[in-house]
Amino acid sequence: MTNTAKSNALHYGLLVVLAIAFLILPEYHSGNLARIMVLAIYAMGYNVLFGYTGLLSLGHALFFSAGLYGLGLTMHLGGWTPAAAFLAALIASAVVATVIGFLVLRTTGVAFMIVTLMFAQAGYLTILYFGTYTRGDEGFALQQATRQLMGLDLTNPTVRYYAALILFAATLLLLAYLIRSPFGRTLIAIRENEERAKMLGYNVTAIKLKAVILSGVISGASGAAYALLFGYAGATFATVQYSILPLLWVLVGGAGTTTGAFFGVLFMTYLIDYASGQTNAYLIVVGVVLVLVTLFLPHGIMGTLRNKYAGWLP
Amino acid sequence: MILSTRGLTKTYAGVAANTDVDFDLPAGQTRAIIGPNGAGKSTFVGMVCGRIPATRGSVTFDGADITTMAAHERIRAGMAYTFQITSVFPGLPVRENINLAARRRLGSNKRAVQSKTDEVLQRLNITDRADQLASDLSYGHQRILEIGMGLAQDPRLFILDEPTQGLAESEVEDFNQLIKSMDAETTILLIEHNMNVVMAVAEYITVLDQGMVLANGTPSEIRANAAVQEAYLGTSHA
Repeated sequence: MTNTAKSNALHYGLLVVLAIAFLILPEYHSGNLARIMVLAIYAMGYNVLFGYTGLLSLGHALFFSAGLYGLGLTMHLGGWTPAAAFLAALIASAVVATVIGFLVLRTTGVAFMIVTLMFAQAGYLTILYFGTYTRGDEGFALQQATRQLMGLDLTNPTVRYYAALILFAATLLLLAYLIRSPFGRTLIAIRENEERAKMLGYNVTAIKLKAVILSGVISGASGAAYALLFGYAGATFATVQYSILPLLWVLVGGAGTTTGAFFGVLFMTYLIDYASGQTNAYLIVVGVVLVLVTLFLPHGIMGTLRNKYAGWLP
Repeated sequence: MILSTRGLTKTYAGVAANTDVDFDLPAGQTRAIIGPNGAGKSTFVGMVCGRIPATRGSVTFDGADITTMAAHERIRAGMAYTFQITSVFPGLPVRENINLAARRRLGSNKRAVQSKTDEVLQRLNITDRADQLASDLSYGHQRILEIGMGLAQDPRLFILDEPTQGLAESEVEDFNQLIKSMDAETTILLIEHNMNVVMAVAEYITVLDQGMVLANGTPSEIRANAAVQEAYLGTSHA
């Protein structure tokens, strides 16, 4: 098998397993898995910028919440249909990512991290400031009656699971295609050696801006899907915690791998789930496990597999 | 002239790295720039390819004024540049490194990119290493790879900043052959410390000293220039 065939097999295999998993798993776990798939979309969006382009952002909660509120507010206040609201969410996150990208790409390294963090905090405070509409930290619920798409009730666990799977599949296959495309190879070149890429004639600033926009729109799609499928939008999702989480997911799963984002979210979700069932001090357990993962799997789950056993892993 | 500079000057906080460099390079020539450490050689080519913004002066490439162009635009206009400190994509295979260089010019035409890459790999005699990561190559092979990335761009002006630095004697000999084989295809601008290389490959030499042009001439003229000989060639060319 060629490497392309192997990676196709991995991606389609994972999607088939997920499609069957719903039929086998108890409702509690399939509900978890729906949430994991939606958050994995967020992690994949983050991975485009961090794992493939080499830009460490600490402000992606801004893009996630641009999608979350882009859909939430248009449905809640505007009475838009889910399809129109989803489109609005994509546009909102694209606009936010374009403006933010244009500004933050003047910086690099630590300054880039700080400036992205700062903009995300400003976004969070903006959501609180317009509390009349956004209901701030308390947030608002989207009514079951409005969460209908093409005659399907998105609050139904089966519909919700497969809606999450379709969006997850679309993002995963898009990412797999992207990293094989000339554009994706250029992103990796920038990650590997930005100065060399520039001196091969690539306009690295323009390419990095495209990466920020793509990453922001995928993160926004995840936020919109979250609001639509789980029926809630609140300012908690714009806090710094939701900027750090995708970084952890991607680091644990394997930065710069297509499937690492999913396995990172899966691992972290069940780690927290299990640890919090054992003790109230579950964050200590989570912290210790993360330290161990960093020590023994410095390239994350999929990254370590790739380095040690399977160089073809995408 | 494929490349001309007029009054090209760079000052760092009042210290002049280059002062009023007027430089003309005819198309097809292999030119070496020599001079002692700190003579402003790297700064000069940095201003030519756009990595270093000039304080004042102008750069003309193939008849067009490129003084205000960004570095990547100058590369697109037909320059290639290899760094003084080897600069490749370490985490990518050798083939992918050259693909990236070829693809920028040939675009999404996969077949053209592949055949260009194969041609370069063959020419540099590194086809058997095509699937190795660049970081796994020896230092000498990384240098060769970087030159290959330049070749893959089919440049009209190829700028090499101290390409033989750190190479073994046998590798230097291969390098000389490679440069001579490129002579007919492109204009070469070479910064070089190794006088054996300069005398072997250069058709014409520019000597920089303290940021200014001290002398221009053929290798034998430069060899015969008493001041240059005493100050810069030392005993190495005896």
